[in-house]
Amino acid sequence: MTTAATVVLLPFIGAVAGLLGSRWPRGRSRTEENNARAARRAAWLAIVPLPVALVLLGYLVWRTRVGPGLDWPPGTFYADLLPGFRSGAWGVIETGGVPITVGLQIDGLSVLTAILVCVVALGVQVYSVGYLRGDPRYPSYAAFISLFTSAMLLVVFAADLLVLYVGWELMGLCSYLLIGHWWEDRGNSRAAVKAFLVTRLGDVAFLFGIFTLGFAAGSFRIADVLAADLPEGTLVAATLLLLGGVAGKSAQVPLHTWLPDAMAGPTPISALIHAATMVAAGIFIVARLFPIFPQPTLDVLGVLAAVGMLGAALAALAQDDLKRVLAYSTISQLAYMAAALAAGSPGAAIFHLMSHGAFKALLFLCAGAVIHHVGSNLLSHMGGLRRVLPIPFWTMTIGFAALVGLPPTSGFFSKDGVLLALEHSASPIRLLLYGSALITVGVTGAYATRAWLRGFFGEQAPLEPAHGHAAPPTMLWPLVVLTVPTLLFGFLGAGDLALGSAAVTLVVGLLGVAIVLAAWRAAPAADPARLLGPFRAPCEEAFYLDRVYDRLVTRPTMALALLVVRTDTSVVDGAVRGSGQLTLRLSRLVKLAQQGNAQLYVTGLLAGVLLIVVGAVVL
Amino acid sequence: MHVVYPVVVAALLFSIGVYGVLARRNTILVLMSVELMLNAVNLNLVAFDVWLRDVLHGGQVLTLFVIVIAAAEVGIGLAIVLAVYRNRRTIDLDRLRELGEPVEPPVGDRG
Repeated sequence: MTTAATVVLLPFIGAVAGLLGSRWPRGRSRTEENNARAARRAAWLAIVPLPVALVLLGYLVWRTRVGPGLDWPPGTFYADLLPGFRSGAWGVIETGGVPITVGLQIDGLSVLTAILVCVVALGVQVYSVGYLRGDPRYPSYAAFISLFTSAMLLVVFAADLLVLYVGWELMGLCSYLLIGHWWEDRGNSRAAVKAFLVTRLGDVAFLFGIFTLGFAAGSFRIADVLAADLPEGTLVAATLLLLGGVAGKSAQVPLHTWLPDAMAGPTPISALIHAATMVAAGIFIVARLFPIFPQPTLDVLGVLAAVGMLGAALAALAQDDLKRVLAYSTISQLAYMAAALAAGSPGAAIFHLMSHGAFKALLFLCAGAVIHHVGSNLLSHMGGLRRVLPIPFWTMTIGFAALVGLPPTSGFFSKDGVLLALEHSASPIRLLLYGSALITVGVTGAYATRAWLRGFFGEQAPLEPAHGHAAPPTMLWPLVVLTVPTLLFGFLGAGDLALGSAAVTLVVGLLGVAIVLAAWRAAPAADPARLLGPFRAPCEEAFYLDRVYDRLVTRPTMALALLVVRTDTSVVDGAVRGSGQLTLRLSRLVKLAQQGNAQLYVTGLLAGVLLIVVGAVVL
Repeated sequence: MHVVYPVVVAALLFSIGVYGVLARRNTILVLMSVELMLNAVNLNLVAFDVWLRDVLHGGQVLTLFVIVIAAAEVGIGLAIVLAVYRNRRTIDLDRLRELGEPVEPPVGDRG
């Protein structure tokens, strides 16, 4: 148990030390040399905890390799792989109502997810050293990544719903801070606020879901909640509320709009958010509490996922911004995981979550290297980069292959696992899920190929490299290292491969690839997104959902806020100013008596004394 | 002698003093009226001291204090009157109104 606590605390200590210590002693001038020294120190403080945590996680793998497990559905890969289960608590907070247990739990799900989190965080931290070289705010940035990692690890290991919620909220805060890292640009800070508010909207529902579960079960401990025999209505209400938080954090359909805008942050942050921390949390929590999710909630999740995966994939096909392509791809892939959950297979969802974590981190870091070189996010500014950037080209090719699901990458196995789960699920919306997923496989092949071709092939863009030098080795090593899990992780699930379903998936995916390839060969200079025809504009705008939200939510809220401001100035301030002016007017009356004639004053005084005396005598 | 006689005399003196303070325009006369009031009080103090047969003669002692203070007060008062006269060439109380509010007060609108 202490090991798990150490794993959670190590990045946290790194964050605190980085925030407090990187410029210590205080009062040093912010010269170039001092900034560089602070950045070096911050980089060490941020990176060192992660390998240590990984070593400890290796020990936890060894500890959980055998043991009496929890009741997972058969075929759940993490429960088969690491069946052990341990939990411990460091105390109980008495609240007067249901107590909060400060405890952690270790099982296959949490250990494997934690390994993913630490590997991706390590890659991102090393990569950021090169990516943010010379950024004066690098120390705080690195510390926030550490805090982010720590919060995610807390979510992963928490044995109590409210402890989990602490990590959940910390992640919301860190995503806000990191997306808005370059807050000097108004758009970036707006994107950060949007991410914070939209996920917060879900978090409110999530918190109430936790309350519902906790009060119904009489305990916030996850094990107790899972073991409690709750009535169906309570479960449906609670899990639907939880689903709000899941949709917010994992960017599922009604609340996904923050994710594409979150591309305003530095690219490594996008890698971290999309691969390891923020968006994984939503899927993780559903998998963690999967036994209590009743069928109606899963159906709702399934419908959202079916709509989300296809819509986001189509939106990805039309984007011109490379990072937004990847962002919509993330929404689409997360919808796959949600669909697997809805189909009743948390194993397939978590398997895809982990392989997606590896290859999406790889894709984002490659995109970062490309953007670093080109100095622009737009695909139309790229082209012909395969000769200039050989390492990002090859690693990104592997990443895209995994995204499309080509063998032997991990994406092939995990996507096949998801589709297999959808095909064989007992869900009433099985056909919708399976059909949508199959079409999305084709669209995924199309948009991945499009981004690949537009970025690396064709005419080289005439842009000068923005930074004037190639990416530093700290940016290239994480790419190479991340290709290893991208290529090999899938073989963990190779035993469950069903050849027929895999062949169908592969054919559909290759069909998407082939269509775009053919379109590109016909006209290499044109954007293959023209294949969408009249749907291109709606897809590029992500089906105008942002505008709808703007009309339905943002503008009424702004109008209400303006009304409040006006009430404040006219009514509240008016009362304050009015009382002041009233006093002034009254004082003018009183001033009439003060003429400077001392005898008049004395007369008044005497009259007053007489009045008092007479009053005292009479009364 | 009955105590009523000095008390009535003192009351009359005091009333004259009050009238003088309130009604006279000449500052010196106002000062003199104040003296009248003080002396009315002194008369009361002495009369009641005798009438109550005070062993410690508190009334008489207090009277001595009042006389001393009245002397000092007149000294200061006359000095002020002198200074006012030198500055303004008048000691008419009705015209010494600089302490009062100006007739058209400049009132700000913002609190």
